[in-house]
Amino acid sequence: MGDKITKVSIIISKGGLDGVYPGLILANGARMEGIEANLFFTFFGQDAITKKRMGKIKVATVGNPGMHMASLLGMLPGMSAMATSMMKKTMEKLDIPPVPEYIEMISDAGCKLYACKMTVDMFKLKKEDFCPQVDSIITVGKFYEIAAGGEIIFT
Amino acid sequence: MAQKQYGTAIVEVDAEGFMSDFSQWTREIAAAIAKEEGIAELTPVHWKVIDYIQRDFRENGQVPSIRKLNKSGVIGTKELYALFPGGPAKKAAKIAGMKKPEGCV
Repeated sequence: MGDKITKVSIIISKGGLDGVYPGLILANGARMEGIEANLFFTFFGQDAITKKRMGKIKVATVGNPGMHMASLLGMLPGMSAMATSMMKKTMEKLDIPPVPEYIEMISDAGCKLYACKMTVDMFKLKKEDFCPQVDSIITVGKFYEIAAGGEIIFT
Repeated sequence: MAQKQYGTAIVEVDAEGFMSDFSQWTREIAAAIAKEEGIAELTPVHWKVIDYIQRDFRENGQVPSIRKLNKSGVIGTKELYALFPGGPAKKAAKIAGMKKPEGCV
């Protein structure tokens, strides 16, 4: 056996269900293997930890080539809601929790959650706008300090 | 198929030490596996988790997820990680005599 990964720091930079879930699954999976994990939320990725948005994250049907759907179709009213509800049902079957529950579970699993300071300044957010699982608002420099000695994954 | 000896019992295990024949499992073997995994003593709370895993496996044919353990009120996620440090789902399944759980959640 080669070297084992003992620590990961995962950056979630994109919004939307397909932007947020990969990083959450990686972080939770790391903790399940006993790997130390940190999550750093930046740009629209912060929707996943923002109280008023975390329960309403949708999958984009416009400008999302992964949806295999013409953008004109995706523009139809209710399309994004329908795609989101289908995806959520599938995920529930696979035992993948909705975003707010997943954030709680990941935090309970011992993963630390951080919000990016620059995004916070840009969108004029405050610590109170985030769910209680968020440890603190940190700079990029601090992120590197926290991530030291481990792998960094950007999503 | 590999074999492993716990006390006087010899059990069939896979390459990672998960038991492949549940009928060979005993509480004494569970305690021995736990020791190997760094859990010196199985407390009543450990047993509550182990019993639930075995019961759920009998009923549904698969090892319950961390989420299910939490939702069913058996044990909170924080406590579960504290009870089985360094990979609770796999460790608990191993001690319970289950095959290695597959899945990402």
